[in-house]
Amino acid sequence: MSILHTVNKSPFEKSSMDTCLAYAKEGSSVLMYEDGIYGAIKGTAIADKVSAASGVKFYVLGPDLKARGVAEDKVVDGIEIVDYAKFVSLAAENDKVQAWV
Amino acid sequence: MKFAIQVNEGPYQHQATDSAYQFTKAALEAGHEIMRVFFYHDGVNNGTNLTTPPQDDRNVVNRWSELAKQHDLDMVVCVAAAQRRGIVDEGEMQRNGKDAQNIAEGFRISGLGQLIEAGIQSERLVVFGD
Repeated sequence: MSILHTVNKSPFEKSSMDTCLAYAKEGSSVLMYEDGIYGAIKGTAIADKVSAASGVKFYVLGPDLKARGVAEDKVVDGIEIVDYAKFVSLAAENDKVQAWV
Repeated sequence: MKFAIQVNEGPYQHQATDSAYQFTKAALEAGHEIMRVFFYHDGVNNGTNLTTPPQDDRNVVNRWSELAKQHDLDMVVCVAAAQRRGIVDEGEMQRNGKDAQNIAEGFRISGLGQLIEAGIQSERLVVFGD
């Protein structure tokens, strides 16, 4: 059973990203969007946790990076930048979608 | 694939309704079915036809109405959340003795059962908001 976890809050404001990382099992995916994109920026405390999560694939929504002025080269290596079409396919490819708010 | 969408936040306050709209649009473009969009909590404020945003801003309410018209979407506003926030259709106007109605085109007021049904009948329920 694979799950797409969505995180829409900054990890520096709320603990939903931490909770998500604790629950995300191997083979699942995590999509950061809205203020959640701050979890995808290099050189932060949360970036280390993201890099350390094994077997979990990470995605960040490109339009929300752009809306917040975060350049793509600031994104942690290995996190895939996606558009809404890919967000939809991730939701379809995984068995469930879990929103961490 | 059959999707259901839940929107929990009002327009111009939280990005949720914008994200939900973009997701719904992308899903339809990819050929998926959106069996229902359910507006809950402050999300019911997406269904009032009294909003008049500045002309150079996106019109969140009309945008939903247009999408619903194009794709024959079922957009449901939670009745209990709507009553609290003054979102009224003809039936609610008469039942509650109000002198006006403001439900936007393409939206209908119904119960929480519609969300449960959407969760059961769709293959994926995607939740936007807090």
